[in-house]
Amino acid sequence: MLNYSIRRVLSAIPTLLVLVIASFLMIKAAPGGPFTSERPLPPQVLANIEARYGLDQPEWKQLWDYVTGILFNFDFGPSFKFKDRDVNDIIAQGFPVTLTYGTLSFLVASTVGIALGVAAAIRHNTWLDYLAVGISFAAQALPNFVMAPLLVLIFTYKLGWLPGGGWYGGQWQYLILPVAALSTSYMATIARITRSSMLEVLHSNYIRTAAAKGLPARSIIWRHAFKPAMMPVVSYLGPVFVYMITGSVFVDIYFSTGGLGRAYVNSALSRDYAVLLGVTVLYGVLTIAFNLITDLIYGWLDPKIRY
Amino acid sequence: MKPSEKMNDLADVITDTTVIQGRSLWRDARLRFFRNKAAVTSVFTLLAVILFILIGPQFAVWSNEEIDWAIMADIAGSGMPTVENGHYFGVDSLGRDLFSRTIQATRTSLLVGVIGAAVALVIGTLYGTVSGFAGGWVDNAMMRSVDILIAIPATLIIILLMVMFERSFFMLFVGIGIVSWLSMSRIVRGQTLTLKNREFVEAARAAGVGPFTIITRHIIPNLLGIVVVYASLLVPEMILTESFISFLGLGVQEPNTSLGALISEGAGTISYGTLWQLMYPLFFFIITIVSMFFIGDGLRDALDPKDR
Repeated sequence: MLNYSIRRVLSAIPTLLVLVIASFLMIKAAPGGPFTSERPLPPQVLANIEARYGLDQPEWKQLWDYVTGILFNFDFGPSFKFKDRDVNDIIAQGFPVTLTYGTLSFLVASTVGIALGVAAAIRHNTWLDYLAVGISFAAQALPNFVMAPLLVLIFTYKLGWLPGGGWYGGQWQYLILPVAALSTSYMATIARITRSSMLEVLHSNYIRTAAAKGLPARSIIWRHAFKPAMMPVVSYLGPVFVYMITGSVFVDIYFSTGGLGRAYVNSALSRDYAVLLGVTVLYGVLTIAFNLITDLIYGWLDPKIRY
Repeated sequence: MKPSEKMNDLADVITDTTVIQGRSLWRDARLRFFRNKAAVTSVFTLLAVILFILIGPQFAVWSNEEIDWAIMADIAGSGMPTVENGHYFGVDSLGRDLFSRTIQATRTSLLVGVIGAAVALVIGTLYGTVSGFAGGWVDNAMMRSVDILIAIPATLIIILLMVMFERSFFMLFVGIGIVSWLSMSRIVRGQTLTLKNREFVEAARAAGVGPFTIITRHIIPNLLGIVVVYASLLVPEMILTESFISFLGLGVQEPNTSLGALISEGAGTISYGTLWQLMYPLFFFIITIVSMFFIGDGLRDALDPKDR
């Protein structure tokens, strides 16, 4: 187990390097730059600015400085657009917000989804089952950018119960709509996967044995069926986390929550490469870390997996 | 009875047996698919949507680019959906006919979905079969690189591409194409691994058939079922991705539009009471996505060898 974990962590390193290098090259290959403007700067001024940010160096040197800066000083460099802020500041400001509602959405989607799926499987072919399947099918066509305007329409304009945006330090009224918008479609998919996996497990031989032995239903479901049934669900949770990260880009813009997503799109539009690269790398690290955790949990759930 | 008579009897028995019509995999799958009510309903829904795109423009009074100056000043009032002034779906926030805009947007979204899935299908199948069939270090290297690419948040890469380069249809297809084939190639490779050790492939190899012919004639036809299923599930996913990016304003640009862009416009104007600007595009978006999911599900039930 420990051996496997170390190997997995090591194998994440090339992934990260590819991510950094690919984003770096893509940004360099794109036309335009942070200092191109309608009125061209005098060449001497431009040269000075570029020297200030190290852009006069050859590209491999820039890349090298960037990577070593992150590795050894945890420094993502200065922002090209905001003279008094560096990328670390921008991330430190936006990331806690994204993390707060992202984690909440993830928890809501997985707990509600799993509960719904298990309930539907236990009450197979009853109204509860049909309701759960119906909801999860409908919710699949309601991704965050469809849910958000609908929720705002109902709860802000029609009922006037909840604010349609803003953050204010993450008070609960401001959290509900973003979390609901972000989690609905994943909740649906999780419920669907849980239901079909649970049904499959409940029809297997050892469950029949347990029932024949006279074990109570609760013990069969939670002690014997639940853990193996969770395996496909857990392997889906990794991707869900990634989708939530990208979905947070949307939530930040639509609900003006002030998270990293807004900084991401704004920096891309204003060609603030430093912020853009920094946020991409951060998202990449999170993705890889979460895939790793998923794999480790998967190994714990399935004793057949040997490392 | 002499041996020869016995032989003749036996021959009679053999030749007498009525020929049982064998059920091919595809015939079987078709039967199963048509028994699935949700899937069949979805096929008709999707056909209706396609029909709407094709013949809808014949009924449109206004084109998608014309601005109706007469009602532009009072969109929330006289811009409502009516039959009288020819704006069946009302007008958008600039006074353009929403009926024509919705047709245009649905067409774009379907196109994006189909082309994205087709790119994934071609690249993913080729990559996966080559990797699985080659085996050894080639397979290892090819699959490790897929592992690396798959760990990168795809939508972020598309956003980067769209922002950094010109926002055109071409770039959108490139972006979606880059990320869509990855999981397809994984699935195909897994199937190829099990197929390549089967007897018929061995027989082909023993008969001196080259690797290229084995792949195209023996491996790929046997993969088709799972590939079709997966591609059909990719279409709505591609539409969702494109709509998401267009909603952010980074996808398809004016005067072109897609369902994501229209939903975004409609969502931006709900405070003025022009609900139809959100609801019509949303309706087409939801029925398209839902019916595609049902069709994909039906195809999976029909073709998935695991269930047989």
